[in-house]
Amino acid sequence: MNFKLKDLGPQLITVIAVVLIFGFFTYNAQINMENRGIDFGYGFLSQESSFDVQFSLIEYDGSHSYFRAYLVGLLNTILVSVIGIIIATIIGVIVGVARLSPNYLINKFAAYYVEFFRNIPLLLQIFFWYFAALRALPLPQDAEAIFGVFFLTIKGLYVPAFIWENFNIFLYSIVASIIAIIVIRIQAKKLQETQGKQIPVFFISIGLILILPLLSFLIGGVSLSFEIPKLKQLAATSFVYDGGLSLPPELIALTLSLSLYTATFIAECVRAGIQGVGKGQKEAAASIGLTPNQVLKLVIMPQALRIIIPPTTNQYLNLTKNSSLAAAIAYPDLVLVFAGTALMQTGKAIEIVSITMFTYLSLSISISILMNWYNKKIAIQEK
Amino acid sequence: MFKYLKQLTSLVAMVAVLFTFTTESMAAKKSKTLKNTQKKGFVRCGVSQGLPGFSNADAAGNWTGVDVDVCRAVAAAVLGDANKVKFTPLSAKERFTALTSGEIDILSRNTTWTLSRDADIGLTFVGVNFYDGQGFMVRKSSGITSVNQFKNGISACTNIGTTTELNMRDFFNSRGISYEPVAFEKADEVVAAYDSGRCDTYTTDKSGLAAQRTKMSNPDEHIVLPETISKEPLGPVVRQGDSVWEDIVRWSLNAMIEAEEYGITSANADSMKTSDNPAIKRLVGAEGELGAAFGLDNEWSLRIIKQVGNYGESYKRNIADTGILPDRGPNQLWTKGGILYVPPAR
Repeated sequence: MNFKLKDLGPQLITVIAVVLIFGFFTYNAQINMENRGIDFGYGFLSQESSFDVQFSLIEYDGSHSYFRAYLVGLLNTILVSVIGIIIATIIGVIVGVARLSPNYLINKFAAYYVEFFRNIPLLLQIFFWYFAALRALPLPQDAEAIFGVFFLTIKGLYVPAFIWENFNIFLYSIVASIIAIIVIRIQAKKLQETQGKQIPVFFISIGLILILPLLSFLIGGVSLSFEIPKLKQLAATSFVYDGGLSLPPELIALTLSLSLYTATFIAECVRAGIQGVGKGQKEAAASIGLTPNQVLKLVIMPQALRIIIPPTTNQYLNLTKNSSLAAAIAYPDLVLVFAGTALMQTGKAIEIVSITMFTYLSLSISISILMNWYNKKIAIQEK
Repeated sequence: MFKYLKQLTSLVAMVAVLFTFTTESMAAKKSKTLKNTQKKGFVRCGVSQGLPGFSNADAAGNWTGVDVDVCRAVAAAVLGDANKVKFTPLSAKERFTALTSGEIDILSRNTTWTLSRDADIGLTFVGVNFYDGQGFMVRKSSGITSVNQFKNGISACTNIGTTTELNMRDFFNSRGISYEPVAFEKADEVVAAYDSGRCDTYTTDKSGLAAQRTKMSNPDEHIVLPETISKEPLGPVVRQGDSVWEDIVRWSLNAMIEAEEYGITSANADSMKTSDNPAIKRLVGAEGELGAAFGLDNEWSLRIIKQVGNYGESYKRNIADTGILPDRGPNQLWTKGGILYVPPAR
């Protein structure tokens, strides 16, 4: 009995303290809101939002509900985070490897890049890209076409839009080629383990992912045409590109600054990971006759990844959370659309801020779970 | 023991009830906000982050503008010194939360009086110190002279969290024009984006357009289109639930407007004490006991007029002389063809 109490005591006190603190805040908020005649409730989510958003992945205008506006903001946040994470990872890996290069120029260049971008506050970088770099772009009417079809202007990047016919067949062909590649990889691994034979999996994969979709064009009835943006005059000196796809400069500036900033941290993770693998490992691998490529792929990387993944997960989380700085440059992310405009129009501060906090928490936890799963997969499997 | 405890509780309860009654009746005379303000020695006032003519800080950190003058008037009435104001610059998004959470006591930040704001979110609008309407600014070189020339695909820069966003949608929707809304949190960023060519037009209250135009790299290159697409009565706001404080702010503003009506200025206020007109005498504190109703002395309005000036002086100093809107338009006294009309201070 005594032993149990000693065990439970501190836990009980913690629980009571947490409940009391939350209880106090809730009570306090309730009293204050009542005093000031503010209603509490989530009913507003189904009301008409009556404001428009610049850029949306789903169909939306002011006649939709506040909940729909929330989804618009959420999807925009996810969009910029996903693109940012992909670009940051690519740059990060390249720079991280480059920092270990014996080539003086590459090595120093990578080092300066990391030191420079890592040590300037992110918000300043966002302002720089949006208000300084992208502002220097030409007006739509002065823009030179890039490859004849892309137009980079102060109002955004205009690219040709794809117009598909029988898009689903094309999609099936991609899925089919991915399944084929997975099957071949499994077979190749078996072959290697049982007979020691090696087949060029990489080239076969590339071949498959090119040939199958190509076949869908030739015999599957898939066709693709482009809608090229055309200059349209709005007024004497006011132009815009019509048709095609437009990427707003806010999205470009935000993605650019987020990825360049986060890439520096990922680069350091990668460098630490590779340096963390003992020199002996490399020498031992070479001494049993593995090619340098195989040494990297089979010996160094599997061990380095275990060091790289956990801190890189943190960087992915940071990038996602930092994307909320979008509000500074009018990119309609969750904070700007929902915790900004929607909050202002409804005045439901506690409700909206709590939903927004919960959403970021869920996003971060999802990324964490995904990365932990991957980390577990590549961890040492003790036999 | 238990018996005593019971008696003790009822005694405590009785004292508590008594205490609430006494504080209640005192609160009627002296509001909590007023008491706190007098204790602190300054009025806490929420203003914009920089809108020339309305609330703008100079290099030395001195705030000027017609919105600023409302807070100064309250400080003069309540504390006797128009300079005892602590200004908190707020974005459109932050302003109401700052007020309802008690960070500021007056929000005087070119805020439009609407039903939902007044009724829904714990705020009370006390009056109108500027009658405005939403308009559009375009580059002169675009050749646009009317909103009727707007075409599909136009991009419009504006602020988030304002009625502007909603009016803009109503306007473009009713005309069937597709547009790209580019909404920033801070006005300076809106101006920077529009100025650099990111947007074809900049939309906000017309007074705001006129004021921000002065911040452009070349103000003469831009024009404000003649059309007004909405009613925007701008005025000071207070927290709901303190009716005495609400009255003080409302009548500080009204006193400024009525002073102009009766020709009382900061220069002649003292000499007006001997006027024959009882309305004037009441305003300069020579007759009646008007201040007592708010728990203030009788010279509260005299101090406002002497230290801040009447509405006309404030308008001239901040908006007309700075070249923002030399023509007073609807913000002229009702006796001179405008719509400024306040209830009598008596």
